[in-house]
Amino acid sequence: MRGTPAELAFARHFAAARVAQASREPAWLARHRAESFAAFEAQGLPTAKHEDWRFTSLAKLEQIEFTAGGVDASAPTAELIAASRIALGPAHRLVFVNGCYAAQLSSVGALPPGCRVAPLSALLGSDGEAVERVLASAAEPKRRALVDLNSALWSDGVLIELEPGAVLDRPVHLLFHQSGADAPVGAHVRTLIAAGAGSRGTIVEQHSGETRHPDLTNAVTEIRADRGAQLDHVLVQDLPEQSTAFSALLSRQEAQSRLGLHAFTLGAALARAEVESRLEGEGAELALYGLYLGRGTQHPDQHTTIDHAAPRTNSRELFKGILDERAHGVFHGRIHVRPDAQKISADQTNRALLLSDRATINSKPQLEIYADDVKCSHGASIGQLDDEQLFYLRARGLDLATARALLTVAFASEVLEKLPHDGLRASLERALLGWLPSGGGA
Amino acid sequence: MLEIRNLHARVEGKEILRGLDLVVRAGEVHAVMGPNGSGKSTLANVLAGRAGYEVTDGSVLYRGRDLLALTPEERAREGVFLAFQYPVEIPGVTNSYFMKAATNAVRRHRGLSELDAIDFLTLVKQTMKDLEMDEKFLSRSVNEGFSGGEKKRNEILQMLLLEPTLAVLDETDSGLDIDALRIVADGVNRLRSPLRAVLAITHYQRLLDYLVPDRTHVLMNGRIVKSGDRSLALELEKRGYGWIERELGAEAPA
Repeated sequence: MRGTPAELAFARHFAAARVAQASREPAWLARHRAESFAAFEAQGLPTAKHEDWRFTSLAKLEQIEFTAGGVDASAPTAELIAASRIALGPAHRLVFVNGCYAAQLSSVGALPPGCRVAPLSALLGSDGEAVERVLASAAEPKRRALVDLNSALWSDGVLIELEPGAVLDRPVHLLFHQSGADAPVGAHVRTLIAAGAGSRGTIVEQHSGETRHPDLTNAVTEIRADRGAQLDHVLVQDLPEQSTAFSALLSRQEAQSRLGLHAFTLGAALARAEVESRLEGEGAELALYGLYLGRGTQHPDQHTTIDHAAPRTNSRELFKGILDERAHGVFHGRIHVRPDAQKISADQTNRALLLSDRATINSKPQLEIYADDVKCSHGASIGQLDDEQLFYLRARGLDLATARALLTVAFASEVLEKLPHDGLRASLERALLGWLPSGGGA
Repeated sequence: MLEIRNLHARVEGKEILRGLDLVVRAGEVHAVMGPNGSGKSTLANVLAGRAGYEVTDGSVLYRGRDLLALTPEERAREGVFLAFQYPVEIPGVTNSYFMKAATNAVRRHRGLSELDAIDFLTLVKQTMKDLEMDEKFLSRSVNEGFSGGEKKRNEILQMLLLEPTLAVLDETDSGLDIDALRIVADGVNRLRSPLRAVLAITHYQRLLDYLVPDRTHVLMNGRIVKSGDRSLALELEKRGYGWIERELGAEAPA
């Protein structure tokens, strides 16, 4: 640690939480937190010297003294929460404000047999073992400073546990909301998903907010999919434009499991969305789709690693970025195929659409293939809207702004149409139209 | 309806139209024929307002207004329709969504009420039936994966929905088999009215068997060099363009 104001504030946050948590958290957890914070201290906040952070600077963030969150007097109303929600329809809904569970805003409802969905804070009192079982099952300590920071500081989160064969009847909707506090809040939240053999479900994790401060959301989600499990996880980050959004999605898959990850990076001044997926069992399949938007001086950074650790595993990765004004996008896609992982196929594509001359993208595919019988492909493209298509639409009476909006949504449609839920697809398409300068008049 | 005077236009610095004159009155169908490179498509694109086509001299009046001062979308809303020679594919935009948006953009401009989803579907399905188009083309992306003939039919479908005052057909007949040609021509004929005009740009006269023109013009080297009635088209079909070139050569001052 270099002792930046942010790092020192995290240390104060940790010390204070340690005292407060001592009475209500089990000893194993206190130990885990202490080890994790030590790992964070050893690494410190990443700098541009770190190869994985070459294109993303935390210099501004280093100066911010984030405080622990908490539901305070300015807690948002149910109406405010409803307004920021994506239109998902019926769901098992858990709402967190500034990193703390808000029971009065949540509606978990009755769960099907074999499904458990509960806030971590509640579980620690009743069934701490369940948390211990799943926590850090996919996160390796001492390797990623921000994940270690989350492991040390998480204030709350969710455990979703599906027993073998269990099927979620409707999506689980996790809404992590940043709300008006009088200083910048750093909220660290943890989501643990353990899908038993043959279980199925859809989980939507949304990060939103309505504050004026440069808040930080640091979210870590761990997913374990056992044999034959089928899971979709949708991450929607639409935080206010002055926020910082860190997310790390860490997954491990057993044989024949199928995981669909859908990552939407819409908001925040600086967003770093990491995905690290490991395919550990034969026949495991991963589909990873992402859409990232940037305008003004927004900086959306996508960082993905897919680790083919077993034979006959498949991954398909498709990211699309739409960058306007002076936004700077980053896509780093690493695919690692281990020596004994034969007969795998991996396909990676990143396409960026630049709506302005001053928008930039750094796209970096990184293929590390140590097996010989593999099918790997990657493609990257950077382009503008097609003049021929624009003219065609205008020649039919659509004004320029509408034509641009239509083509921009069309560009994103390949990612949107992979969403496992109609209402979600429609609300994200609306969000994209709303984001466009014209508001999409068509 | 359309009055083109001494039109000069350049593409990529090269002069293609060199003093073109053409007058089309309401109710008329005009055919413009000419060899490759004579400027036929340039004329169509200049009328529709495509970027990269630079008008260096002359004027185009459309219903008394300066057409060249309008943006492409204003021209479309004012009733000028270009059936593209090569309709572009637009993956991710469904045909029905696009056509409804276009239809309503034009209707708004004309002070008509917008069509809701049901009214639009009723209209578009009936029109597709007339054009012998499968309804599956509604849910597909605009022109994506369409055959040449399907793209041309899709153009005519859009034309019938937008009900233009002046339809410019840019080699709409090329690449069509005889059945498709008849259907496309029927579609255009449906649009004919004393208030509308059609400018059919074509390489071959066979479209004109079905879409009988009031006037036929020969475009060569960027100018209309000969005009006549329907029989001129038949003569061109029989004799090619060489005789006109010779005729012009004989007329040219030594």
